Amino acid sequence: MINSKHSTEEYSPPQNVILDICDLHKYFVGKDKTTTHALHGISLQALRGQVTGLVGVDGAGKTTLIRIATGLLLPSSGSVKVLGLDSVADTLEIQSLIGYMPQKFGLYQDLTVVENMALYADLQGVPPKERAEKYARLLTMTDLQKYTKRRAGALSGGMKQKLGLACALIKSPALLLLDEPTVGVDPVSRRELWKIVYELVKKEGIGVIVSTAYMDEAERCDHVIALHQGEILAEGTPQDFIKRMHDRVYTVSPTADDKVRQIYTRLATHQNVVDTTIRAGKVRIVLKTSNQNAAVLFEDDRLQVQPVEPSFEDAFTAMIPAAAHDFQPDGIKPENRQASGTESEVVIDIRKLQKNFGHFAAVNNLNFSVRRGEIFGLLGPNGAGKSTTFRMLCGLLPASSGDISVAGYNLHRSRARARSRLGYMAQQFSLYGQLSVRENLRFFGKAYGLSAKHLHQRIEWAYAEFGLEEWQNKAAGMLPGGYKQRLAMAAALLHEPEILFLDEPTSGVDLFARREFWLRINSFAEQGVTVVVTTHFMEEAEYCDRMLIMSQGETLAIGTPTDIRTLACTAENPQPTMDDAFIALAEGTISTSSMAQNQRQFGGAR
Amino acid sequence: MMKFGLFILRMRGILLKESFQILRDPSSIALALVMPIVLLFIFGYGVTLDANDVPIAVVADDHSTQSTDLIKRFELSENFTVVPVLTTAQGEQLLAESKVDGIIHIQDNFTEKLQSGNTAPVQLIINGVDANRTRVIQGYAQAILGEWSSIRISRGDDTASSAVTINQRVWFNEAVESRNFMVPGLITLIMTLTGILLTSLVIAREWERGTMEAMLVTPLRRIDILLGKIIPYYILGMGGMGLSVGFAIVVFKVPFRGSITVLFLLSSLFMLASLGFGLLLSATIRNQFVAAQISIITGFLPAVFLTGLIFDLESTPQAIQIISLLVPAHYFISISHTLFMAGDIWSVLLPNGLVLAAMSLIFIAVAYKKITKRLEG
Repeated sequence: MINSKHSTEEYSPPQNVILDICDLHKYFVGKDKTTTHALHGISLQALRGQVTGLVGVDGAGKTTLIRIATGLLLPSSGSVKVLGLDSVADTLEIQSLIGYMPQKFGLYQDLTVVENMALYADLQGVPPKERAEKYARLLTMTDLQKYTKRRAGALSGGMKQKLGLACALIKSPALLLLDEPTVGVDPVSRRELWKIVYELVKKEGIGVIVSTAYMDEAERCDHVIALHQGEILAEGTPQDFIKRMHDRVYTVSPTADDKVRQIYTRLATHQNVVDTTIRAGKVRIVLKTSNQNAAVLFEDDRLQVQPVEPSFEDAFTAMIPAAAHDFQPDGIKPENRQASGTESEVVIDIRKLQKNFGHFAAVNNLNFSVRRGEIFGLLGPNGAGKSTTFRMLCGLLPASSGDISVAGYNLHRSRARARSRLGYMAQQFSLYGQLSVRENLRFFGKAYGLSAKHLHQRIEWAYAEFGLEEWQNKAAGMLPGGYKQRLAMAAALLHEPEILFLDEPTSGVDLFARREFWLRINSFAEQGVTVVVTTHFMEEAEYCDRMLIMSQGETLAIGTPTDIRTLACTAENPQPTMDDAFIALAEGTISTSSMAQNQRQFGGAR
Repeated sequence: MMKFGLFILRMRGILLKESFQILRDPSSIALALVMPIVLLFIFGYGVTLDANDVPIAVVADDHSTQSTDLIKRFELSENFTVVPVLTTAQGEQLLAESKVDGIIHIQDNFTEKLQSGNTAPVQLIINGVDANRTRVIQGYAQAILGEWSSIRISRGDDTASSAVTINQRVWFNEAVESRNFMVPGLITLIMTLTGILLTSLVIAREWERGTMEAMLVTPLRRIDILLGKIIPYYILGMGGMGLSVGFAIVVFKVPFRGSITVLFLLSSLFMLASLGFGLLLSATIRNQFVAAQISIITGFLPAVFLTGLIFDLESTPQAIQIISLLVPAHYFISISHTLFMAGDIWSVLLPNGLVLAAMSLIFIAVAYKKITKRLEG
């Protein structure tokens, strides 16, 4: 961090420091008298006119820190000064000077957009004379002018989030605190929110403190504080973080012999690699230590290894202690192949699928097919029809018209038989919170009709595969997010299905659990299991073999990740990311002709 | 003055918000206005001990004017609907099919015995499955026979000794009275439930939807939060109360002998006690389902069991009687009984009213102390 001590005109500490935390500890005492140490001696400062990002995975202490600053929680020890005021003694005064947007936005569903704003204006004591001008400005800024009379409950996720922001800004706060403001919001809305925040900082010079688990958002902050398990790992500008990663980040291109996914699985277990992802059709690796000639490390001269610009995400993952990401997939052994049949065999075939709810077409004329061992992604913003499609595929919801064939069975006629061949993991993981891990597995195994002996074998397999042995007597509800996900996946796989349906499997789990999840999915696919997955993390689309992007029930595009990215290729942006492609598709900036062309080329795999 | 202005602004905001929510979210209206009427309707008719139009089979083996006269008595009665049958077997068949609740058998020697001065037996067979109803029907039948017999005596048709020996006491004539007693009590029970549920549920709902967290980070004072919940739900709760009282008077024809003003004042105290109790619960409960459960267990059930309305308290152990003194409904039942059936009897109203005032004050004061602007207690 470059301090401006030398230019004395600008630097005057009391006014400039809007949040000053010194040796802050926070303990929570649970019902069973167990003490959780949420924050361990945090000391930090945040400045006016800057966006300070609190970055960390689940359990890092981001929300706790923000809540202490707002006065919602009391520090166990240490001092917290907000705008020069003590967070314990002067809570009310602080609360009249700050704006805060909690994770759930804090909107009243039954109140309209303007009524919500008026409520917060009343509570914050905004003089009635200033209101008309203020509302107009905030509504323009958030682009909600057309929806002033709409109830908050009827707004889309992105609009709710912007209204939440407008309510937090109603009294032009000196400090704005945002707690994971973009969770569960589509990329278009995320981008808009950040535009608003940065404009505010630039024009009005307020200070913003934002917690996030999105690495790309962290990269755009002025100052980043990386938190992990209640401690500060490092702080500085994103550039400070990135600089450390010099000569540590490389991409490996697929070769004639190896598909991206195979290289990915292989490199993930390499001892010199701390992080592996698939980006833009290549495997991106982060090395443990700087090495100018990474290719030598892998003793495989067929691999095309190229250095790339490190990102903040690389720096962050490399910084986290290794225990957080310890999954070692057990390689691809041919004898592990669970399913019979050949790779080219079509296992899911959807033709002219239609689902109407009244006059509303939730899914309109959907066509696609999935081959054995493929990872197929279903992507789209909230309300696109992903979940509806999913439920129809699993036989949970009857289609209005069209044909669905899954594992060779027509779902209209033999729903039960098709079901025994497929595994389904629902969005909320559908586990029994009060039952232990073992009891959950036993229940799901019995529900699928496994014999006692077979069930025992499969449960042993699940313990080994998902590392659940040590948790087996723990209630499922008490598991950390990543383990809940593992258990849900284990339950869906107990009866050795050929096809695995995963509905938003990575929402609500942290970066490392997501990494691990994709490694595992990858190894299942290598074993011949067909995987259909929905996600709203665009970068995760890269792990799919093919994907379908939908919006408002319509198919926007279908193809491999490379195909989709190529769609968004323009002169200004020759190497678009998946996010760019999605935004271009959603906004309709990609011409219909290119889409039609795309459909012909890649949709014709049937 | 500036400070007061801000207070008014905050109150305006929070009261407007609550009113919009009440008007637009049918659940609180349903809770405050619809539920009391439905419960009153169900309980009001459910607890009545009245039996009207009981179908009863009549087998008359004797076709004299006397027996026809007796049958006519049953036909004219509001309590019975007579189904004439020819044989006892037919009547038994109907009884077995539950098409009639009883059989009256007038034997062929009825007139003969009556005129010879002997006791003329009339056989009464009643479906005994529901013991209560059986006794009601039995009572009505005996009443009609008794009446018929006494008319005959007064006309001099029979000598006093020759009449059918019947217990002439009319057992269940207090059925009408029982409703007068039950309905004001039911209003108390229902208002206990709505009062507690209104505050505990709406606050739990704010926690669930994450709006409470946003509220706490505004410059709201604790008193604003307290008043912001009590004022709108007091008005709504009193609306329900008024509706129930109106319903009791108009539909159930329960007499109201006290003054409406006194009822309004004293029921306000009772409503405040219930709302305060709900607020107290909501200090620790952040889930609507739990809020509803706890409200019923700690608020409604004691009001049902420990107020003497349905179960006689005098026969319970001393300890239970002492506990019953802690239940606000205990006092309001006395008040409502007095106001409905007796009038403004101050010797009853005043002490009970004072206890209610103290209770509502204590509940609200403790709730105020418990309200916190932090997430942890």
